[in-house]
Amino acid sequence: MKLIESHGLTLGYGQVKVLRDVSFAIERGEIVTVVGPNGSGKSSLLRALIGALKPVAGTVSRANGLRIGYVPQKLQIDATLPMTVKRFLNLPRRQKAAECDAALTRAGVPELAGTQMASLSGGQFQRVLLARALLGTPDILILDEATQGLDQPGAAAFYRQIEDVRRELNLAVLMVSHDLHVVMAASDRVLCLNGHICCEGTPEIVADAPEYRALFGTGTQGTLALYRHDHDHAHDHSHDHGSIH
Amino acid sequence: MLDDFILRAALAGLGVALAAAPLGCFVVWRRMAYFGDATSHAALLGVALALATELPVIGGVLIVALIMALIVSSLSERQVSTDALLGVLAHAGLALGLVAVSLVPGQRVDLSAYLFGDILAVTIGDVVMIWFGAVLVALLVVWRWQALLTATLNPDLATASGGNPRREQLILTIALAITVAVALKVVGALLIAAMLVIPAAAARPFARTPEMMAICAMILGAIAVFAGLAASFYFDTPTGPSIVSAAAVLFALTTGLSPALQRR
Repeated sequence: MKLIESHGLTLGYGQVKVLRDVSFAIERGEIVTVVGPNGSGKSSLLRALIGALKPVAGTVSRANGLRIGYVPQKLQIDATLPMTVKRFLNLPRRQKAAECDAALTRAGVPELAGTQMASLSGGQFQRVLLARALLGTPDILILDEATQGLDQPGAAAFYRQIEDVRRELNLAVLMVSHDLHVVMAASDRVLCLNGHICCEGTPEIVADAPEYRALFGTGTQGTLALYRHDHDHAHDHSHDHGSIH
Repeated sequence: MLDDFILRAALAGLGVALAAAPLGCFVVWRRMAYFGDATSHAALLGVALALATELPVIGGVLIVALIMALIVSSLSERQVSTDALLGVLAHAGLALGLVAVSLVPGQRVDLSAYLFGDILAVTIGDVVMIWFGAVLVALLVVWRWQALLTATLNPDLATASGGNPRREQLILTIALAITVAVALKVVGALLIAAMLVIPAAAARPFARTPEMMAICAMILGAIAVFAGLAASFYFDTPTGPSIVSAAAVLFALTTGLSPALQRR
């Protein structure tokens, strides 16, 4: 079942087109990653898919009653706005306390409910955003560079958490990322953008594609292989990392 | 008992404080202080409109404040830097209002009443009008509270969960115009924005949640109204400015105390 689908989608701001002719669909249970250089239209694509950016041309259709868990690229909470983690989780809809706790646990930060958002570390903040996105049983998680400000083990642990969540809840995951090697290994499908879709497919296919290599260099293939090789080791590491919180 | 002018003044001030506090929180959180300035300065143009057309003053102010708020709101949606433009609007609105009031034929208007308020002269009718507007604003803000907060945090987050941040912005815009219209008589066009921003800012150190901040702002706003009225009575100072001065003193106190409050 297709959750979100676009046909011939062209996006722009004023006269400037950032993305043209994107036809794309995502189904339940899939992890799809969008990669591409800065300004290649990744965030714009996500914003159009959630309905925040009106297409210049083409269409976006979302399944009826689709519930989206969204993690925005930037969430700046003004210093004048007091906000505990618990209060934040109850936006825009009130949630049962038990469900808030469950979401925090699933996101790997069970002990933070009473903390002010402003005093969270970068990693904690991203996990709280993830917890909020998981509330209200979403059909799809959409994450826009959700690991910004995390170090590499932290980012790897975050993505593994997402894989776990996907397995448990059978939801679709669509994410934008810069952590090429980590993300590519975690994805079922990769979409490489540079003003249009350069190439798409499984991580291996995309990493071999000449368009992708032209954008990111040939070195990435090596890193990807390296990551695959390190996967088990990094997994254990992440559990250590998680328990420190 | 209601014919006692001090009591009427206290009731009027209380109504304005209760409406302005939660709305003022959003003005502070969304960094739109300029929005309050431009809208409240435009109230003078509304006075001129009312005098020229024999509309009730509150009606003229409501119309012009709403138009100004809509203009400012649509300007601030564009991502281009509009800071200077908003400054121009805020001050041009004030200047044009002053000129327009003086041009209305056959009227000798006490300008200072409109600039600084004339709370001691409110009638029972004014008090009823103020409370009607205040309750309306409070209902609007309470009704949209969750959606307003989400849109304030991040518009895309609101959209993704089925909300409409533009609608929430419009709700705030309407609430602001109503507040300006009912507050004009109490603190005057120059100081309405102060009643929005200062109690909210003074409440910040007490609060751990947005709701707590809004309630604290209401309490502090009410205290400022009573303190300002009392000061004005005993020292024979202008009442609107005395209320705002009292709010400023409260702000200085709570901000000074904030390290101690934060340590809790």
